[in-house]
Amino acid sequence: MKAAAFDYLAPRRLDEALEALSRHGEDAKLLAGGQSLAPLLALRLASPSVLIDLNRVDGLSDLSIAPDGSVRAGAMVRSRTLECSPALARAQPLLHAAMPWVAHVQIRNRGTLGGSLSHADPSAELPAIAVACDATIELQGPCGLREVQAGRFFQGMFTTALAADEILVGVRFPACPAGRRQGFSEVARRHGDYAMLGVALTVDVDAGGRVSAARVVLFGAADMPVRAGAVEAALLGEPAGADLARRVAGLATEGLDPRSDHQASAAYRCELARVLVRRTLEKALASTGAGR
Amino acid sequence: MTHPIRLMVNGAPVERRVEPRMTLADFLRESLDLTGTHLGCEHGVCGACTVLVDGRSVRGCLMYAVQADGASVVTVEGLAERCPVMGTAVARGEATLSVLQQAFHEHHALQCGFCTPGLLTTAFALLAETPDPSPDEVRLAISGNLCRCTGYVPIVEAILDAARQLRAGKAG
Repeated sequence: MKAAAFDYLAPRRLDEALEALSRHGEDAKLLAGGQSLAPLLALRLASPSVLIDLNRVDGLSDLSIAPDGSVRAGAMVRSRTLECSPALARAQPLLHAAMPWVAHVQIRNRGTLGGSLSHADPSAELPAIAVACDATIELQGPCGLREVQAGRFFQGMFTTALAADEILVGVRFPACPAGRRQGFSEVARRHGDYAMLGVALTVDVDAGGRVSAARVVLFGAADMPVRAGAVEAALLGEPAGADLARRVAGLATEGLDPRSDHQASAAYRCELARVLVRRTLEKALASTGAGR
Repeated sequence: MTHPIRLMVNGAPVERRVEPRMTLADFLRESLDLTGTHLGCEHGVCGACTVLVDGRSVRGCLMYAVQADGASVVTVEGLAERCPVMGTAVARGEATLSVLQQAFHEHHALQCGFCTPGLLTTAFALLAETPDPSPDEVRLAISGNLCRCTGYVPIVEAILDAARQLRAGKAG
């Protein structure tokens, strides 16, 4: 239960971190909050020969909230910072609402936004939130910065678009349009555990009271966060009334093929998907919108 | 290869050399002989190793000692010394327990005591941020700390009682 020996680098600048990553290649792992990586090392599921600690790199922990409500968060912004920012709660209610569900306070005090997204656990909250918010993920490589939409960033279990020589440096969350409703819920055996299944959703309602856009994202349901496309399609153009959630929630399992594991059977996960989509939609549609 | 680190532990400056793979919890126990910090699972599940780093509760097994260079760390041993900050001290023989520790004692919030250091540090951080927590807030705050003896009810009662006493102490 002790990590194998590794060398430790604590660069102060991003270019130093990138250079170290290029130099050590596959032997190196980036250390962000360490809340997933340190257990992997302790259990010897991973044994990199070099850890490149991002905690002392300048400029990765900035959190900026624009007047229009769009947010740019550096990769090393801690979960606890997102949880405790009243300005973020106003600007990005969905991101803020999900934070108390992310593990426990001691984990949130260390765990980072960029670390969670790069780790890409299929049951984690932050990847699903990034997809539901249509966030843009900034990846810095030796040859420059590239941007990937969250929906294309996650490619499978613990697998992302991040190249071996790149560092996830920040995440941009677009402003919430007026009339946006949003919701989050999950079921875990104990609060703070990884979810058996969860849902993060945004529904945009136009001035006429009809749904103009929807993003319904399930996590814990597949190898990565997935959009419930049939639910989204059924919501579009519909009046955002009380019975809408009940009418569309049954479609949540369309195309879904969840795994069975020690936590829950596939059938139970399907049931959770339908129930959580219905409840979360009902609550979101009953709310009065973003109200920024 | 070892790295030099300088940090504050329970208010006192410490300088040591550490191997990068040494966790903060192992460093406290083995290099500093502060064995109040317990190690249960060693992979971030049980919460027994919770310590305060720059005032925030963290898992001592999920942070490497080398990362604590420049930080201020408080362990359960430091809570008793900090009791003047916490409010009214209660003297018990040679040891001086903080209000929070005394409340754990009086409410029988521990049995075997293995989880207690982590619960005390976690509760300390909670009360520093939230002096008047609701019972649900207390339960959420300690959700990352496993206790196999008490069933948690006396722990929640102890934390709420300590919160009351500390508020009264401040008001008085």
